Amino acid sequence: MDTIQTIKLQDTAVEATQRLTGKEAIIKCLLAEGVDTLYGYPGGAIMPVYDELYKYQDKLHHVLTRHEQGATHAAQGYARVSGRVGVAIATSGPGATNLITGIADAQIDSTPMVCITGQVASHLLGSDAFQETDIIGISTPVTKWNYQITKASEIPEVMAKAFYIAKSGRPGPVLIDITKDAQFEEFDFAYKKCKAVRSYKPVPKLNPDSVKAAADLINNAEKPMIVWGQGVILGGAEEEFKAVVEKSGIPAAWTILGVSAIPTAHPLNVGMVGMHGNYGPNVLTNECDVLIAIGMRFDDRVTGNLETYAKQAKVIHFEIDPAEVNKNVDADVAVLGNSKETLAALLPLLEEKQHTAWHNRFKELYQIEYDKIIKDDITPEKEGLTMGEVLEGINKVSKGEAVIVSDVGQHQMIACRYAKFNKSKSNVTSGGLGTMGFALPAAIGAKMGAPERPVVAIIGDGGYQMTIQELGTIFQTKVPVKIVVLNNDFLGMVRQWQQLFFDRRYASTEMVNPDFVAIAKGYYIEAQRVSKREDLAGAIEEMLAAEGPYFLEVKVEKEDNVFPMIPTGASVSDIRLE
Amino acid sequence: MSETKTYTVSIYTENNVGLLNRISAIFQRRKINIESLNTSISEIEGVSKFTIVINLTEERVKKVIGQLEKQVEVIKAYYHTDEETIFLETCLFKIKSDLLFEERQIQNIIKESSARIVTVNKEFFVLEKAGRRSEIDLLYRELSAFGIMQFTRSGRISVSKEEMKISSMLAEFAE
Repeated sequence: MDTIQTIKLQDTAVEATQRLTGKEAIIKCLLAEGVDTLYGYPGGAIMPVYDELYKYQDKLHHVLTRHEQGATHAAQGYARVSGRVGVAIATSGPGATNLITGIADAQIDSTPMVCITGQVASHLLGSDAFQETDIIGISTPVTKWNYQITKASEIPEVMAKAFYIAKSGRPGPVLIDITKDAQFEEFDFAYKKCKAVRSYKPVPKLNPDSVKAAADLINNAEKPMIVWGQGVILGGAEEEFKAVVEKSGIPAAWTILGVSAIPTAHPLNVGMVGMHGNYGPNVLTNECDVLIAIGMRFDDRVTGNLETYAKQAKVIHFEIDPAEVNKNVDADVAVLGNSKETLAALLPLLEEKQHTAWHNRFKELYQIEYDKIIKDDITPEKEGLTMGEVLEGINKVSKGEAVIVSDVGQHQMIACRYAKFNKSKSNVTSGGLGTMGFALPAAIGAKMGAPERPVVAIIGDGGYQMTIQELGTIFQTKVPVKIVVLNNDFLGMVRQWQQLFFDRRYASTEMVNPDFVAIAKGYYIEAQRVSKREDLAGAIEEMLAAEGPYFLEVKVEKEDNVFPMIPTGASVSDIRLE
Repeated sequence: MSETKTYTVSIYTENNVGLLNRISAIFQRRKINIESLNTSISEIEGVSKFTIVINLTEERVKKVIGQLEKQVEVIKAYYHTDEETIFLETCLFKIKSDLLFEERQIQNIIKESSARIVTVNKEFFVLEKAGRRSEIDLLYRELSAFGIMQFTRSGRISVSKEEMKISSMLAEFAE
């Protein structure tokens, strides 16, 4: 056993191999990986592990969500703000299948998460036993890796591998399914952190030639433009990125998951790309001569019609995942590697530049967008409240220090467009999967992952009701999240599309809503409703000043639309302002 | 747009339960029909090899290879055209024994196709033929006239003309 280096497990000194049951071993593994919080829901097949959680309550905070989907989103929220691995735990059968939406969300948004599911005893596998489901088969396409443990002796190695795979390279969700008999089985436990997995190369080797080629293109560019994504945040490359942007003087735009890597107010931050992004960066994508993509994957919501996307530009793609290179947009130069390393290698090769005239083009287009859209969004003169002015109101009080967690739909686009951020890891949203119901549980996890920061969930009346039961989790844990429901009594984004593309046939988008304030109060959460402009600022101040959780419903204009907009199939430069 | 072609995808992997599911899901999600699939051990101990035949454009094959290689337990994936590989399939025919003795023509067919008789008993005999798909198809057509009791054809197996540097790759992973 001399090759197994046993490590000191926090307070429980494990100097040598110990005789343990599988259930206790799982807890020891979590502690060894530095887990302090996990989200879940008990049930038959995972009860042995819960019995151990009971014994280790002083070291491991288990948060009982009200639905397993909530556990995954909470784990995601925790992971996104802290940069650590989020952990969710559930029982077999329906407990496990309820995790799938959150797992798929974490997969497409590259969020490190480990999900642990109980499974029926190994002799019952395949027998259609009570609460048996093939969760390995079901979760395979939406996990980075998954594994079923049927013997306790597999636990240490598999758990170590799970955390390593979830966190390393391009992060993602891992599911570990553990049969009930393996949880009870005794074995000799020793833990060794995983440092490598044969057949898995998390970070491609940096090629200095590609960095040089990228620098040459950038230094010779006259109208270069950066589009950055979450890869900058996941790589912990915020400093390197800022230095690259500032030295090269290149206007930089962000994807919905990239925002907050550098402050909103940074003079070279030119806003959001994509379907509801800013006018300038979308239009100028089709004018720039060199497009530098950093840690982003050219999602269809970013590119619009690929046939007309940045065809005039040389494309440089900084990326950790080789499968993303040339997937949607062909790269003239691909720089593979972790953004922290690749950008650090790029920096000394860059020439100091200003690109003033080019930057002024972004300013001109911003002015057009401001006059046509932004002004009326954030400082409206009409009677009805706008979503934009609520965000602007939050900005005024939070001063860019809050974590903004948004759900999916119009309010999400408005939140991402108008929220101001000073710090990285401040925007938590379901970008790739577009999971309605994400925000409320994700905000719980976000607040626990960054307890020192204010966390404000911005949610629509539709998505809110998909995971509204998590108000129970907020009540029970007293986690001081601030919940803002922007209520237009519509599934607003779908309604907007129906208005624009389906001749205003509002099929199943009008919502007859309950008294949301009464519901929040039913959970003993402080709550109020605002429907007049003069009450808005005060309500936001009260919400952010409140010590505990707080619910604020804002009745907004029913049929407002989010603009600019790139209609499906259109080119980024054909973005509509009305 | 490049044209659709037959490609042989060779995937070197760990030998783990569930990997077949993970690999086939990559094709299924993109609605790519798998023409044939074979799994076996490879030249390296403990490393499995999937041989998958698909009809696709090269552009799409490249993307599929990227998705395959992204899987944690996949060591390396390659794609080759027919010209770049040595490949064959094998098949078994089960035929009534009477025919072997009564029909001279069937003996000629066996001889000309260089098929091999695996076993003969009172009721039936089993014929094995390895080769290109067209040769097997021809033999199938010729024997159909006499009645085939059972027929099975394997997936394609192939080796590439170029070297697949799996051993050195495994050494690199260990670094």
